[in-house]
Amino acid sequence: MELLKLFLSFFQIGLFSIGGGYAAMPLIQEQIVTKNSWLSVSEFADVITIAEMTPGPVALNSASFVGMKICGFIGAVVATLGYIIPSCIIVSIFAAVYAKYSSMNFMNGLMKGLRPAVIGMIASAAYTIFKLSFLSSDSGVFGINLISVFIFLIAFTGLKKFKISPITVIFASGLFGYVLYNCQAAFL
Amino acid sequence: MKKNKLKLYWQLFISTLKLSAFTFGGGFVIISLMKKEFVDKFKWIDEENMLNYTAIAQSSPGAIAVNASLLVGYKIGGIPGAAVTVIATVLPPLVTISIISLFYSAFKDSITVNYILKGMQAGVAAVLADVILGMVVSAWHECRWISIFLIAAAFACVAFFSVNIIFIIAVCGILGIILFSDKNSKIDHGLQK
Repeated sequence: MELLKLFLSFFQIGLFSIGGGYAAMPLIQEQIVTKNSWLSVSEFADVITIAEMTPGPVALNSASFVGMKICGFIGAVVATLGYIIPSCIIVSIFAAVYAKYSSMNFMNGLMKGLRPAVIGMIASAAYTIFKLSFLSSDSGVFGINLISVFIFLIAFTGLKKFKISPITVIFASGLFGYVLYNCQAAFL
Repeated sequence: MKKNKLKLYWQLFISTLKLSAFTFGGGFVIISLMKKEFVDKFKWIDEENMLNYTAIAQSSPGAIAVNASLLVGYKIGGIPGAAVTVIATVLPPLVTISIISLFYSAFKDSITVNYILKGMQAGVAAVLADVILGMVVSAWHECRWISIFLIAAAFACVAFFSVNIIFIIAVCGILGIILFSDKNSKIDHGLQK
Protein backbone atom coordinates (compact mmCIF):
# COMPACT_ATOMS: atom_id res chain seq x y z
CA MET A 1 0.00 0.00 0.00
CA GLU A 2 2.76 2.37 1.00
CA LEU A 3 4.62 1.39 -2.18
CA LEU A 4 1.63 2.23 -4.34
CA LYS A 5 1.24 5.61 -2.64
CA LEU A 6 4.92 6.27 -3.16
CA PHE A 7 4.65 5.35 -6.82
CA LEU A 8 1.60 7.57 -7.38
CA SER A 9 3.18 10.53 -5.58
CA PHE A 10 6.30 10.45 -7.70
CA PHE A 11 4.23 9.78 -10.82
CA GLN A 12 2.48 13.10 -10.18
CA ILE A 13 5.77 14.86 -9.51
CA GLY A 14 7.21 13.48 -12.76
CA LEU A 15 4.13 14.46 -14.69
CA PHE A 16 3.96 18.07 -13.57
CA SER A 17 7.56 19.17 -13.15
CA ILE A 18 8.49 20.99 -16.32
CA GLY A 19 11.78 22.78 -16.56
CA GLY A 20 14.35 20.73 -14.72
CA GLY A 21 15.20 19.64 -11.21
CA TYR A 22 14.66 22.82 -9.26
CA ALA A 23 11.22 23.30 -10.76
CA ALA A 24 10.30 19.94 -9.22
CA MET A 25 11.35 20.93 -5.69
CA PRO A 26 8.10 22.64 -4.63
CA LEU A 27 6.10 19.72 -6.06
CA ILE A 28 8.24 17.20 -4.18
CA GLN A 29 7.86 19.20 -0.99
CA GLU A 30 4.08 19.27 -1.35
CA GLN A 31 3.82 15.51 -1.91
CA ILE A 32 6.47 14.36 0.56
CA VAL A 33 6.29 16.85 3.42
CA THR A 34 2.84 18.43 3.36
CA LYS A 35 0.56 15.73 2.00
CA ASN A 36 2.06 12.43 3.18
CA SER A 37 4.37 13.58 6.00
CA TRP A 38 7.02 11.13 4.88
CA LEU A 39 9.76 13.63 5.75
CA SER A 40 9.99 16.61 8.10
CA VAL A 41 10.92 20.01 6.75
CA SER A 42 14.50 19.75 8.02
CA GLU A 43 14.86 16.24 6.57
CA PHE A 44 13.65 17.65 3.28
CA ALA A 45 16.36 20.33 3.42
CA ASP A 46 18.87 17.52 3.98
CA VAL A 47 17.56 15.74 0.89
CA ILE A 48 18.23 18.82 -1.22
CA THR A 49 21.75 19.14 0.18
CA ILE A 50 22.48 15.49 -0.58
CA ALA A 51 20.89 15.75 -4.00
CA GLU A 52 23.15 18.68 -4.83
CA MET A 53 26.28 17.02 -3.46
CA THR A 54 25.85 13.78 -5.36
CA PRO A 55 25.76 13.13 -9.08
CA GLY A 56 22.51 12.80 -10.97
CA PRO A 57 19.38 14.89 -11.41
CA VAL A 58 18.09 16.47 -8.20
CA ALA A 59 14.57 15.06 -8.59
CA LEU A 60 15.85 11.51 -9.15
CA ASN A 61 18.10 11.79 -6.12
CA SER A 62 15.19 12.94 -3.97
CA ALA A 63 13.05 10.08 -5.27
CA SER A 64 15.70 7.53 -4.30
CA PHE A 65 16.26 9.11 -0.90
CA VAL A 66 12.59 9.28 0.04
CA GLY A 67 11.87 5.81 -1.34
CA MET A 68 14.81 4.37 0.57
CA LYS A 69 13.62 5.97 3.79
CA ILE A 70 10.06 4.66 3.50
CA CYS A 71 10.41 1.17 2.04
CA GLY A 72 14.13 0.49 1.64
CA PHE A 73 15.78 -0.18 -1.70
CA ILE A 74 12.53 -1.38 -3.33
CA GLY A 75 10.99 1.93 -2.33
CA ALA A 76 13.85 3.74 -4.03
CA VAL A 77 13.31 1.76 -7.23
CA VAL A 78 9.54 2.30 -7.17
CA ALA A 79 9.84 6.05 -6.55
CA THR A 80 12.39 6.39 -9.34
CA LEU A 81 10.18 4.46 -11.77
CA GLY A 82 7.16 6.53 -10.80
CA TYR A 83 9.12 9.69 -11.49
CA ILE A 84 10.49 8.71 -14.92
CA ILE A 85 7.52 6.87 -16.48
CA PRO A 86 5.31 9.90 -17.27
CA SER A 87 8.17 11.88 -18.77
CA CYS A 88 9.34 8.91 -20.85
CA ILE A 89 5.85 8.57 -22.35
CA ILE A 90 5.44 12.29 -23.04
CA VAL A 91 8.91 12.77 -24.48
CA SER A 92 8.32 9.80 -26.82
CA ILE A 93 5.13 11.41 -28.09
CA PHE A 94 6.93 14.74 -28.63
CA ALA A 95 9.73 12.95 -30.47
CA ALA A 96 7.25 11.17 -32.73
CA VAL A 97 5.52 14.47 -33.54
CA TYR A 98 8.90 16.06 -34.19
CA ALA A 99 9.95 13.19 -36.50
CA LYS A 100 6.67 13.40 -38.40
CA TYR A 101 6.82 17.13 -39.05
CA SER A 102 10.57 17.66 -39.08
CA SER A 103 10.68 18.12 -42.85
CA MET A 104 8.20 20.99 -42.70
CA ASN A 105 9.29 24.59 -42.79
CA PHE A 106 7.69 25.74 -39.57
CA MET A 107 9.31 22.88 -37.64
CA ASN A 108 12.67 23.84 -39.05
CA GLY A 109 12.09 27.42 -37.93
CA LEU A 110 10.82 26.35 -34.52
CA MET A 111 13.90 24.25 -33.84
CA LYS A 112 16.20 26.97 -35.14
CA GLY A 113 14.62 29.36 -32.65
CA LEU A 114 14.81 26.89 -29.78
CA ARG A 115 18.48 26.03 -30.21
CA PRO A 116 19.84 29.42 -29.07
CA ALA A 117 17.40 29.32 -26.15
CA VAL A 118 18.81 25.95 -25.11
CA ILE A 119 22.40 27.23 -25.34
CA GLY A 120 21.43 30.25 -23.23
CA MET A 121 19.86 28.00 -20.60
CA ILE A 122 22.92 25.75 -20.48
CA ALA A 123 25.01 28.90 -20.02
CA SER A 124 22.87 30.02 -17.11
CA ALA A 125 23.27 26.61 -15.44
CA ALA A 126 27.01 27.08 -15.91
CA TYR A 127 26.79 30.56 -14.38
CA THR A 128 25.23 29.07 -11.23
CA ILE A 129 28.04 26.54 -10.95
CA PHE A 130 30.68 29.23 -11.62
CA LYS A 131 29.31 31.32 -8.76
CA LEU A 132 29.12 28.32 -6.45
CA SER A 133 32.63 27.25 -7.31
CA PHE A 134 34.57 30.52 -7.58
CA LEU A 135 32.97 32.68 -4.90
CA SER A 136 33.61 31.81 -1.31
CA SER A 137 32.62 33.67 1.77
CA ASP A 138 35.23 32.35 4.19
CA SER A 139 38.51 32.00 2.29
CA GLY A 140 40.39 33.34 -0.69
CA VAL A 141 41.33 36.77 -2.00
CA PHE A 142 38.48 39.31 -2.41
CA GLY A 143 36.03 36.46 -1.83
CA ILE A 144 37.35 34.54 -4.82
CA ASN A 145 38.34 30.95 -4.25
CA LEU A 146 41.77 30.80 -5.87
CA ILE A 147 42.10 27.03 -5.62
CA SER A 148 38.89 26.64 -7.62
CA VAL A 149 40.10 29.09 -10.24
CA PHE A 150 43.42 27.24 -10.45
CA ILE A 151 41.73 23.84 -10.89
CA PHE A 152 39.37 25.37 -13.44
CA LEU A 153 42.28 26.69 -15.53
CA ILE A 154 44.14 23.37 -15.45
CA ALA A 155 40.95 21.46 -16.31
CA PHE A 156 40.11 23.84 -19.14
CA THR A 157 43.61 23.53 -20.60
CA GLY A 158 43.39 19.75 -20.35
CA LEU A 159 40.08 19.74 -22.23
CA LYS A 160 40.98 22.27 -24.90
CA LYS A 161 44.65 21.63 -25.58
CA PHE A 162 45.13 17.98 -24.74
CA LYS A 163 41.59 16.77 -25.52
CA ILE A 164 41.36 14.80 -22.29
CA SER A 165 37.92 13.24 -21.79
CA PRO A 166 35.53 15.21 -19.54
CA ILE A 167 35.01 12.34 -17.10
CA THR A 168 38.77 12.05 -16.57
CA VAL A 169 38.99 15.81 -16.12
CA ILE A 170 36.22 15.87 -13.49
CA PHE A 171 37.74 12.93 -11.66
CA ALA A 172 41.22 14.49 -11.69
CA SER A 173 39.73 17.79 -10.47
CA GLY A 174 38.35 15.93 -7.46
CA LEU A 175 41.84 14.61 -6.69
CA PHE A 176 43.36 18.09 -7.13
CA GLY A 177 40.70 19.46 -4.81
CA TYR A 178 41.52 16.86 -2.16
CA VAL A 179 45.27 17.60 -2.30
CA LEU A 180 45.09 21.41 -2.62
CA TYR A 181 42.44 22.03 0.05
CA ASN A 182 44.33 19.74 2.42
CA CYS A 183 47.51 21.74 1.76
CA GLN A 184 45.61 24.96 2.38
CA ALA A 185 44.23 23.61 5.63
CA ALA A 186 47.70 22.48 6.74
CA PHE A 187 49.68 25.62 5.88
CA LEU A 188 47.28 28.52 6.33
CA MET B 1 25.83 -8.20 -37.42
CA LYS B 2 24.12 -9.12 -34.19
CA LYS B 3 27.39 -8.99 -32.34
CA ASN B 4 28.00 -5.47 -33.62
CA LYS B 5 24.61 -4.39 -32.29
CA LEU B 6 25.34 -5.84 -28.87
CA LYS B 7 28.67 -4.07 -28.84
CA LEU B 8 26.95 -0.77 -29.67
CA TYR B 9 24.43 -1.21 -26.84
CA TRP B 10 27.21 -2.09 -24.43
CA GLN B 11 29.22 0.99 -25.41
CA LEU B 12 26.08 3.13 -25.17
CA PHE B 13 25.37 1.71 -21.71
CA ILE B 14 28.89 2.24 -20.40
CA SER B 15 29.17 5.78 -21.81
CA THR B 16 25.82 6.86 -20.38
CA LEU B 17 26.54 5.20 -17.05
CA LYS B 18 29.83 7.06 -16.74
CA LEU B 19 28.19 10.38 -17.66
CA SER B 20 25.44 9.92 -15.13
CA ALA B 21 27.80 8.75 -12.40
CA PHE B 22 30.00 11.85 -12.61
CA THR B 23 27.47 14.54 -13.38
CA PHE B 24 27.04 16.97 -10.54
CA GLY B 25 24.66 19.86 -10.83
CA GLY B 26 21.67 18.86 -12.89
CA GLY B 27 20.42 18.23 -16.37
CA PHE B 28 22.30 20.76 -18.46
CA VAL B 29 25.62 19.51 -17.20
CA ILE B 30 24.85 15.98 -18.37
CA ILE B 31 23.73 17.38 -21.72
CA SER B 32 27.07 19.11 -22.12
CA LEU B 33 28.83 15.83 -21.37
CA MET B 34 26.58 13.91 -23.75
CA LYS B 35 27.46 16.39 -26.45
CA LYS B 36 31.18 15.82 -25.85
CA GLU B 37 30.83 12.05 -25.78
CA PHE B 38 28.17 11.29 -28.42
CA VAL B 39 28.71 14.18 -30.84
CA ASP B 40 32.43 14.96 -30.60
CA LYS B 41 33.93 11.60 -29.67
CA PHE B 42 31.75 8.81 -31.10
CA LYS B 43 30.00 10.96 -33.75
CA TRP B 44 26.80 8.98 -33.23
CA ILE B 45 24.66 12.10 -33.75
CA ASP B 46 25.33 15.64 -34.98
CA GLU B 47 25.29 18.79 -32.89
CA GLU B 48 22.10 20.12 -34.47
CA ASN B 49 20.16 17.01 -33.49
CA MET B 50 21.65 17.10 -30.00
CA LEU B 51 20.35 20.65 -29.50
CA ASN B 52 16.95 19.75 -30.97
CA TYR B 53 16.68 16.83 -28.54
CA THR B 54 17.68 19.08 -25.68
CA ALA B 55 14.89 21.47 -26.65
CA ILE B 56 12.37 18.60 -26.70
CA ALA B 57 13.72 17.18 -23.42
CA GLN B 58 13.50 20.60 -21.82
CA SER B 59 9.93 21.17 -22.97
CA SER B 60 8.73 17.85 -21.55
CA PRO B 61 8.09 17.22 -17.87
CA GLY B 62 10.60 15.32 -15.76
CA ALA B 63 14.37 15.31 -15.51
CA ILE B 64 16.12 16.75 -18.56
CA ALA B 65 18.89 14.17 -18.28
CA VAL B 66 16.45 11.24 -18.47
CA ASN B 67 14.46 12.76 -21.32
CA ALA B 68 17.54 13.64 -23.35
CA SER B 69 19.13 10.24 -22.83
CA LEU B 70 15.92 8.56 -23.98
CA LEU B 71 15.91 10.58 -27.21
CA VAL B 72 19.61 10.11 -27.87
CA GLY B 73 19.39 6.39 -27.12
CA TYR B 74 16.41 6.00 -29.45
CA LYS B 75 18.19 7.84 -32.24
CA ILE B 76 21.31 5.68 -31.88
CA GLY B 77 19.81 2.28 -31.14
CA GLY B 78 16.00 2.34 -31.52
CA ILE B 79 13.79 1.21 -28.64
CA PRO B 80 16.44 -1.07 -27.08
CA GLY B 81 18.86 1.84 -27.30
CA ALA B 82 16.41 4.09 -25.47
CA ALA B 83 15.91 1.47 -22.76
CA VAL B 84 19.67 1.08 -22.38
CA THR B 85 20.35 4.82 -21.99
CA VAL B 86 17.45 5.45 -19.59
CA ILE B 87 18.51 2.57 -17.33
CA ALA B 88 22.12 3.73 -17.46
CA THR B 89 21.07 7.29 -16.53
CA VAL B 90 18.90 6.22 -13.61
CA LEU B 91 21.13 3.53 -12.12
CA PRO B 92 24.02 5.63 -10.71
CA PRO B 93 21.91 8.10 -8.71
CA LEU B 94 19.68 5.25 -7.50
CA VAL B 95 22.60 3.23 -6.18
CA THR B 96 24.65 6.17 -4.86
CA ILE B 97 21.75 7.76 -3.00
CA SER B 98 20.56 4.46 -1.57
CA ILE B 99 24.01 3.83 -0.12
CA ILE B 100 24.55 7.41 1.06
CA SER B 101 21.13 7.65 2.71
CA LEU B 102 22.26 4.88 5.08
CA PHE B 103 25.05 6.97 6.56
CA TYR B 104 24.00 10.42 5.52
CA SER B 105 25.27 12.53 8.40
CA ALA B 106 28.78 11.06 8.26
CA PHE B 107 28.86 11.81 4.54
CA LYS B 108 27.62 15.37 4.92
CA ASP B 109 30.15 16.30 7.59
CA SER B 110 33.18 14.60 6.04
CA ILE B 111 35.91 17.12 5.20
CA THR B 112 37.50 14.77 2.69
CA VAL B 113 34.23 14.40 0.77
CA ASN B 114 33.81 18.17 0.78
CA TYR B 115 37.30 18.79 -0.59
CA ILE B 116 36.83 16.28 -3.40
CA LEU B 117 33.40 17.63 -4.32
CA LYS B 118 34.68 21.21 -4.31
CA GLY B 119 37.47 20.20 -6.70
CA MET B 120 35.05 18.33 -8.96
CA GLN B 121 32.84 21.39 -9.08
CA ALA B 122 35.68 23.42 -10.63
CA GLY B 123 36.25 20.61 -13.13
CA VAL B 124 32.55 20.61 -14.08
CA ALA B 125 32.74 24.38 -14.54
CA ALA B 126 35.61 23.87 -17.01
CA VAL B 127 33.70 21.24 -18.99
CA LEU B 128 30.70 23.56 -19.21
CA ALA B 129 32.85 26.49 -20.34
CA ASP B 130 34.40 24.32 -23.05
CA VAL B 131 31.04 23.03 -24.34
CA ILE B 132 29.33 26.42 -24.32
CA LEU B 133 32.24 28.03 -26.17
CA GLY B 134 31.95 25.38 -28.89
CA MET B 135 28.18 25.81 -29.17
CA VAL B 136 28.34 29.60 -29.36
CA VAL B 137 30.93 29.37 -32.14
CA SER B 138 28.80 27.00 -34.21
CA ALA B 139 25.66 29.09 -33.58
CA TRP B 140 27.62 32.08 -34.88
CA HIS B 141 28.39 30.16 -38.06
CA GLU B 142 24.74 29.22 -38.47
CA CYS B 143 22.99 32.57 -38.28
CA ARG B 144 25.31 35.21 -36.89
CA TRP B 145 23.89 38.00 -34.79
CA ILE B 146 20.35 36.72 -34.36
CA SER B 147 21.62 33.52 -32.72
CA ILE B 148 24.07 35.35 -30.49
CA PHE B 149 21.37 37.83 -29.47
CA LEU B 150 18.89 35.03 -28.63
CA ILE B 151 21.55 33.14 -26.64
CA ALA B 152 22.44 36.26 -24.65
CA ALA B 153 18.78 37.13 -24.08
CA ALA B 154 17.87 33.60 -22.94
CA PHE B 155 20.90 33.54 -20.65
CA ALA B 156 20.08 36.90 -19.06
CA CYS B 157 16.41 35.98 -18.62
CA VAL B 158 17.24 32.77 -16.74
CA ALA B 159 20.37 33.84 -14.87
CA PHE B 160 19.44 37.36 -13.76
CA PHE B 161 15.66 37.72 -13.99
CA SER B 162 14.54 34.15 -13.13
CA VAL B 163 12.09 34.14 -16.01
CA ASN B 164 10.10 30.92 -16.33
CA ILE B 165 11.81 28.49 -18.72
CA ILE B 166 8.54 27.52 -20.42
CA PHE B 167 7.97 31.18 -21.27
CA ILE B 168 11.43 31.50 -22.86
CA ILE B 169 10.91 28.33 -24.89
CA ALA B 170 7.54 29.59 -26.14
CA VAL B 171 8.92 33.00 -27.14
CA CYS B 172 12.01 31.60 -28.88
CA GLY B 173 9.92 28.97 -30.66
CA ILE B 174 7.51 31.56 -32.02
CA LEU B 175 10.39 33.87 -32.98
CA GLY B 176 12.03 30.95 -34.76
CA ILE B 177 8.90 30.18 -36.75
CA ILE B 178 8.56 33.84 -37.76
CA LEU B 179 12.24 34.47 -38.53
CA PHE B 180 13.49 31.20 -39.98
CA SER B 181 10.48 29.46 -41.51
CA ASP B 182 10.75 30.97 -45.00
CA LYS B 183 11.75 28.76 -47.88
CA ASN B 184 15.13 30.42 -48.38
CA SER B 185 16.43 29.41 -45.02
CA LYS B 186 15.45 25.85 -45.80
CA ILE B 187 17.41 25.90 -49.05
CA ASP B 188 20.40 27.50 -47.38
CA HIS B 189 20.24 24.86 -44.80
CA GLY B 190 20.29 22.16 -47.42
CA LEU B 191 23.31 23.70 -49.11
CA GLN B 192 25.28 23.88 -45.92
CA LYS B 193 25.14 20.13 -45.46
